Amino acid sequence: MNFVDAIVQGVLVGGLYALFAAGLSLIFGVMRLVNIAHGDFIVLAAYVAMLVIQATGMHPFVALIVVVPLMAALGYAIQRFVLNRTLGEDLLPPILVTFGLAVIIQNGLLTLFSTDTRRLSAGPIETANLSMGGITVGVLPLITFATAVGLILLLETGFFRSRLGRAFRATSDDAETARAIGINTSHIFALAMALSFAVIAIAGVLLAVRSNFDPFSGPARLIYGFEAVIIGGLGNLWGTLAGGVVIGVAQSLGAQISPAFQTLAGHLVFFAVLAVRPRGLFPRMD
Amino acid sequence: MADPILSVSGLSSGYGDFQALFGVDLDLPERTVLGLVGANGAGKSTLFKAILGLLPRSRDMVAFRGQPIGDLRTERMAQMGIVMVPEGRRLFRSLSVEENLRLSADHGRPGDWTPERVYELFPILGEKRRQPATALSGGQQQMVAIGRALVANPEVILFDEISLGLAPIVVNDVYAAMPAITGSGISAIVVEQDVDRVLRLSQSLVCLSEGKVALAGPTESFTKAQLTAAYFGE
Repeated sequence: MNFVDAIVQGVLVGGLYALFAAGLSLIFGVMRLVNIAHGDFIVLAAYVAMLVIQATGMHPFVALIVVVPLMAALGYAIQRFVLNRTLGEDLLPPILVTFGLAVIIQNGLLTLFSTDTRRLSAGPIETANLSMGGITVGVLPLITFATAVGLILLLETGFFRSRLGRAFRATSDDAETARAIGINTSHIFALAMALSFAVIAIAGVLLAVRSNFDPFSGPARLIYGFEAVIIGGLGNLWGTLAGGVVIGVAQSLGAQISPAFQTLAGHLVFFAVLAVRPRGLFPRMD
Repeated sequence: MADPILSVSGLSSGYGDFQALFGVDLDLPERTVLGLVGANGAGKSTLFKAILGLLPRSRDMVAFRGQPIGDLRTERMAQMGIVMVPEGRRLFRSLSVEENLRLSADHGRPGDWTPERVYELFPILGEKRRQPATALSGGQQQMVAIGRALVANPEVILFDEISLGLAPIVVNDVYAAMPAITGSGISAIVVEQDVDRVLRLSQSLVCLSEGKVALAGPTESFTKAQLTAAYFGE
């Protein structure tokens, strides 16, 4: 029973990792940009949510109405005015610039908010449980997982069915030709980043409700996000969800062996997948 | 001859430190086809890319209906009415045939050329509209590339070696669409290695050699021998 329980809890945590990863996967898919500051932007979103809640007294989930558009606008601006200038044949310049952004965000948050750990309070929902067939499931992890599935469904559908999604895929295939047929690729890249930041905002708030955060919590989120993307296979958001679940379950089972083994188990599974399937489980992209 | 719809004057451009075009002048009269000829590496594709702004050029080097447009960004050129059928087709590989056409239609100009009309011109594309564009045969892919240019409802199409890599019989199929295209009022610059075809198709000719205009004039003023010599750089 403990075993089944651990798997269920692991799957649900995997939803959170998939949320960390979905934004990463999206922008890598559209513009081959590796955002080293991704985790730090998640933490930044948590602090932004904290300020919004302090100012308005909103519930964290309601605060998303403000935080999501704010973060999306920030993402658009950063891409349009900073990162677009770094894109090209070479993958290195955007990595260096986002690494710099990560350092700036961490130290900016440190200056503004000190190293105190924070947490957003979501009220009774935090500890609410559902009992299903002998397994107790937290409502919050369930909401997190459902959010991940819903968001990925939305992103995938948009990617393959909408006009904008068509432009994303075309730009990803061949940006030069996309420009020649009239697509403003700078705008498309910025929209992709805005979308990624909208997901970051949701991930940030869910993270902040679930666990403590401080200005240096970002890089660990980045690692889980990266691992989920790589395990799932590049360019496949459902794969990213699967990747998140694989890490979540591995950690949860690892914790059954020994609490110290929890984090390590996730990383070990990541290496195992890389060794067996270097392109991930469900690659769509070369 | 009618006023030029597209003019290039003193166009110099290239890739980074490598200059490939040296002061190229060219006029495309409205509703005509201009054959652009020259040996490999003479700068034909480079000229197309520079016209579209994919390579550096400046304001006065390109004019559309007498208006300087050399400072416009590439993505504005389709709206202006200038599109390219690029060398090697460059279809979007993760898009279906239909999506390749719709995408271009979304970002082009309104007009009579719709994906449906392209399917009338190339019926095989209608049958394969749901397939990934790059799963089609070479000739069919070229038809998609031409269709993608048409649905933007351009005034000028730059055709870059649309026969490249295709079997002769397939080339005929692709070129069979030309009268329908030019007949709809579209002007064109055509890069093509087949001298006879260029002579039949075009009203005027420009021959590039090492990035400069070597010969230019009405097609009837050239003999095949002159052209063949021009291809091989005399």
